[in-house]
Amino acid sequence: MVEKSVAPALELRAIDKRFGTVHANRSLSFAVAPGSIHGLIGENGAGKSTLMNIVYGFHRADSGEIYVHGRRVDLGSPQDAIRAGIGMVHQHFMLVENFTVLENVVLGVEGGALLAGGLARARRELEKLACDYALAVPLDTVVSELPVGLQQRVEILKALYRGAQILILDEPTAVLTPQEADALFNMLRRLRDEGKSVILVTHKLREIMAITDRVTVMRQGVIVGEVVTATTSPRELAEKMVGRAVLLRVEKKLAQPGATLLAVRDLEVRDRLGVARVKGVSFDLRAGEIVGVAGVSGNGQSELLEALAGIRLPTRGSITLQHHDLVREHLGPRERRALGLAHVPEDRLRMGVVTNFSAEDNAILGYHDRAECTRGGWLDRAAIRKACEGKMAAHDVRPPLPSLRIAAFSGGNQQKLVLAREIDVDPRVLLVGQPTRGVDIGAIEFIHKKLVALRDAGKALLIVSVELDEILGLADRILVMNAGEIVGELLRADATEEKMGLLMAGVKSEGPA
Amino acid sequence: MSASAKLPRWAERGLLPLINLAAALILSGVVVKILGESPWAALKLLVSGALGTQEGIGYTLYYATNFIFTGLGVAVAYHAGLFNIGCEGQAYVGGLGSGLVALWLGDRAPLLVVLPVAIMAGAAFGAAWALIPAWLQARRGSHIVITTIMFNFIAASLMTYLLVNVLIKPGQQSPESREFGANAFLPAAHELFAKIGITFSPSPWNLAFAIALLAAALVWVLVWRTRWGYALRVAGQNQSAAVYAGISPSRIIIQAMLLSGALAGCLGLNELLGSQHRILIDFPSGAGFVGIAVALMGRNHPVGILVAAVLFGALAQGGSQLAFDLPKINRDMVVVIQGLVILFCGALENVFRTPLAKLWPGRLARSPQPSGGMPVPR
Repeated sequence: MVEKSVAPALELRAIDKRFGTVHANRSLSFAVAPGSIHGLIGENGAGKSTLMNIVYGFHRADSGEIYVHGRRVDLGSPQDAIRAGIGMVHQHFMLVENFTVLENVVLGVEGGALLAGGLARARRELEKLACDYALAVPLDTVVSELPVGLQQRVEILKALYRGAQILILDEPTAVLTPQEADALFNMLRRLRDEGKSVILVTHKLREIMAITDRVTVMRQGVIVGEVVTATTSPRELAEKMVGRAVLLRVEKKLAQPGATLLAVRDLEVRDRLGVARVKGVSFDLRAGEIVGVAGVSGNGQSELLEALAGIRLPTRGSITLQHHDLVREHLGPRERRALGLAHVPEDRLRMGVVTNFSAEDNAILGYHDRAECTRGGWLDRAAIRKACEGKMAAHDVRPPLPSLRIAAFSGGNQQKLVLAREIDVDPRVLLVGQPTRGVDIGAIEFIHKKLVALRDAGKALLIVSVELDEILGLADRILVMNAGEIVGELLRADATEEKMGLLMAGVKSEGPA
Repeated sequence: MSASAKLPRWAERGLLPLINLAAALILSGVVVKILGESPWAALKLLVSGALGTQEGIGYTLYYATNFIFTGLGVAVAYHAGLFNIGCEGQAYVGGLGSGLVALWLGDRAPLLVVLPVAIMAGAAFGAAWALIPAWLQARRGSHIVITTIMFNFIAASLMTYLLVNVLIKPGQQSPESREFGANAFLPAAHELFAKIGITFSPSPWNLAFAIALLAAALVWVLVWRTRWGYALRVAGQNQSAAVYAGISPSRIIIQAMLLSGALAGCLGLNELLGSQHRILIDFPSGAGFVGIAVALMGRNHPVGILVAAVLFGALAQGGSQLAFDLPKINRDMVVVIQGLVILFCGALENVFRTPLAKLWPGRLARSPQPSGGMPVPR
């Protein structure tokens, strides 16, 4: 066998890790061949991140061995991992925003007390790397001025500059347009062809299929399968991940849009520095339809959503709901809820829940002054618990324990509870930001079904998502945002990934189809 | 793993503080040894001085009363996400309010009238002193820690001015007001006990202790059982979530600081109406700062605060006994012990938490799992 003669770039043998009673990794073994792209896929909580954190020296395994190019290594810290030739590109970049690219790359490996020598050496080295791998980045630009795709490139350069032979990428495409993702993949293929090994950690089946050579599937801390990518299918992988057959796309009838429930005209939102984030956006949201807002993260969708929900004040324009101009009348989130506007925020942990609170306390967030939760000024504890139990049962929130801290629930169950909270008040209009961010496949299916059921019940839904698949799967009508403007409006039937990708990148369409 | 390993509740609230306290006492013992006294004898004196006699117990609870008021004040602000360092100044100015009422009504109206007015005035003055830092934080973003510290100094200067120039009893040197009318004296505990036939040694322990207990109960109900308390805790835990929920964080900041200042402002009831019977320089004598330690050690929960306040009261009383009986030890030793307790219970809390947590591996299961995000490197 060939594999006998060449030692794997990275080999894990019987890695075991517990956090208390949670057995995060159970005797995991797998090997990554040199010069290959290896996918690691699994739901949230399957143990992927724990495993990669062990490889990168953040956690120490309780037992098991790690071999790099056939040599046993002891990885007690990220420094050890870097020394062993392992580099990691985190989902959230670890860059100093107001340093230049060059300064970021040498950070921690300056090579001496004086910067000048190290910087000059780094510049030569980086120019060579950029040339070898087609990884050109303007070295003297401040990182915060670079687009996200280039920032990611800086992270990759950082790893390579430190001599990485094995590159781990954790959900690298979460912030990229499809075209940027393609560019990243080309880059990764080039790295592979130069003999580097790449481990791609993701939950996106499409990416696994597009780029990896082999794929390892994890579920509940164990490896449930390892296959050559060319011999598998997305459906097979999804089933392995979840442990049962899953619907990858919700089935739904054609939308029957009714009356306009929410009208947005010429809306402008500026951030704290006075920069316009949403520039003159207008659209209607009608009963019985799902409108999807697509776009690369950071193109004004978040600000639009927050302005609609009453969290940000627009500087211009109008939002009409139930004959009220929400902007002119200065109606805040509370008043908007009273008019039937519910909101599932994009960033659940930052805004949607209070992590230190119990599930039942979170189930009344935003509604704590409603009659159902109170008697006079007092919280009606018994009623709150009962209502939470009802929501948990109706939305299959597990475990169904209202007094458990929300942080102890999985992302999917947290999101189901947030959704339950917002659906239970029977809103007219539901705004949903990133419906399934950090949510496992099983729960995605459930949440998507709920959203479609709401639509069929005559509600108007606005869904903001950076997941193209999600928009394509759910929306009846799609608005594409770029740089704060709606650059295109597509009916679902006319929307393709390519068309949307071009619009997301800022190539304007000729108007609504 | 993250720094805050999870423990069972009883260990978190009972065992851990005890271990921290023991560590502080052991280190204090080392200091006592260096000073040339026997640590064991000192500890015995400390405990017997605070709890060995009725008089000692009375003094302990008298000091504890001050700490309950300020501890509750710190805790209420803490639940709104604010670190109120200004309880010292708020107690000082609040005490002025109660004291003025006592001077005004002390020989005109019965205690039943004086007391409620004095409570309201103390709370109002304390709240007013907290209002400006609160407003600056809510509207201008000036950090509450900085502004409340500065307001402590302003309060001290203001009170010195008032006592030296305005309130001073004519014809005397020390900057103190005249004595209150007798109707403004809160009955001492031993007097109340005598009425129901129990003899108790005289001490400054007085009715204000009962008011402090009531305040603790009130805080518990308010924070955990009312709509307002819910809003307070949401705003304190997560401002974005508060805005999302339609709760105005700036309004909560102001309301919480008003309540915080009002609670601290009640200290004058105990110190002035209960014990000194006049307004004098620096009567809070650091209770506002001890309140921070009390709140910290009591985990910002009223029950914990009561326990911690009694502990610090015992330290204060036992410590003065120590200074009295052992020539090589002076009152500053109490400050050292207090400092060590604060150090171990606050700053070094995790020193014992992590090893202790290893004894309960099973409990870790209920803490959030490290999924998705990166852990912070140690």
